[in-house]
Amino acid sequence: MLHNKLPELVCPAGSLPALRAAVDNGADTVYFGYKNDTNARNFAGLNFDHKAMVEGIHYAQTRGKQVLMAINTFPQPGREAEWQRAVDGAADLGVDAVILADIGLLDYACKRHPGLRLHLSVQGSATSYEAVNFAHREFGVKRAVLPRVLTLAQVELVIKNTPIEIEVFGFGSLCVMNEGRCWLSSYATGESPNTVGACSPAKFVKWEKSPGQMSTRLNGILIDRYGDGEAAGYPTLCKGRFEVNGETYYALEEPTSLNVLEILPEIARIGVSAIKVEGRQRSPTYVAQVTRTLRAALDELAKGATEFKVKPAWQAELGKVSEGVQATLGAYNRPWR
Amino acid sequence: MPTSLFKSFAIPRFTLPAFVSAVGNRLPQWPHALVLTAGLNAALKMKLLPEDSLTLLEGRTFLVDVQDTGGRAAFTYRDGLFRPLFTLPPTPDLAFAANLSAFLQLALRQEDPDTLFFNRELSIEGDTELGLVVKNMLDAVEWPSLPSLPVFHRKAADY
Repeated sequence: MLHNKLPELVCPAGSLPALRAAVDNGADTVYFGYKNDTNARNFAGLNFDHKAMVEGIHYAQTRGKQVLMAINTFPQPGREAEWQRAVDGAADLGVDAVILADIGLLDYACKRHPGLRLHLSVQGSATSYEAVNFAHREFGVKRAVLPRVLTLAQVELVIKNTPIEIEVFGFGSLCVMNEGRCWLSSYATGESPNTVGACSPAKFVKWEKSPGQMSTRLNGILIDRYGDGEAAGYPTLCKGRFEVNGETYYALEEPTSLNVLEILPEIARIGVSAIKVEGRQRSPTYVAQVTRTLRAALDELAKGATEFKVKPAWQAELGKVSEGVQATLGAYNRPWR
Repeated sequence: MPTSLFKSFAIPRFTLPAFVSAVGNRLPQWPHALVLTAGLNAALKMKLLPEDSLTLLEGRTFLVDVQDTGGRAAFTYRDGLFRPLFTLPPTPDLAFAANLSAFLQLALRQEDPDTLFFNRELSIEGDTELGLVVKNMLDAVEWPSLPSLPVFHRKAADY
């Protein structure tokens, strides 16, 4: 048996059917956001209105699952009240916690709603235990989500030096992962996750088909060109192929997905409290596929870390829904610091 | 639409032989649009499609191209109804193209649209944001079971 508690499985919901899919397929917790720029998946037609939130929270909580609300963008000058109203709304709805990134908003939430549980968003960009402990000391944050730039040893160092829970990403699309500090999308379009809640907003994206190939443009900038049958990725600057010194290649980052199945026993051993699945922008089908696979893996791990073996069927299921041709362990196993 | 009828039924990935599209291309295309808009209007009637997304579709033209059957359906949304277009628009605001198996997998929520897109089994051209509106609108629909859909109880004369 495991000495540590099994990590909680935290799954994304961009719609009510996705939330139900997460709950029905074994998520311990689901996270969602409002239909506006107070969260970092502010895409047309996605997310929850008040009615859907009430229904979703009821569906999850009556089944013993938790609901987190992401209010993880940065309040824009002159519009701070909109972000504060979002926090008030979350408290009224009775979510189990809010996921915040902005320090001013954390301050507002802890003073205005002392009973509301606060999580520090990955967008808060806390990569050291000093930063995590600061959020705990100043705002009573109970859990921090670590950016995807740390090795497993570094994650362990944070856990050993903080009294609060640590959540890490377990599956989903990767980018340059300079979370909360990335302005590449703004460089190309004037809009970014921090400001409008969307990376590379769809209104700037064009897919152009011509015989034998497809080109992707972001606000006119050629991001990539794919041959027929070549896997495509999201149209972000960090995943494009560019000509540098006469060579055309992925100059920043390749379209890749994170998949931690192989190191699940290690993640549990070092005391990670929760594993997050990326993808509120994806369909209920994706949520069901990924949730049930990670649930099966965690249940297998609960039987004992030494006997744990990754099943080929799990890898096949996760490989299918991945962005890019490869799934990696991201920064977790990088030898360099 | 996911139904109890289809729950145990998995659509495999397949491509129809080329002669099917060769024949399909020569057939009139408007019946496809008629069937598709009838289905969408049935969903409208049941208030399954969110108002805020629908207003974004007003007056826009859509093309669904089933590549391996050679079937194409063009339609628009105007004054609260989806309406078939009997001539294909040269540059629709939004065009989806895929093989029949991919469309069936999407309709039954067996595959995720982004997955099909990454794997180049689904292509989206035109207004990308409009595409996202449509995708997210369909993702958010809580489909009832198939037999209760009014489209199965209505007479052709209703259209």
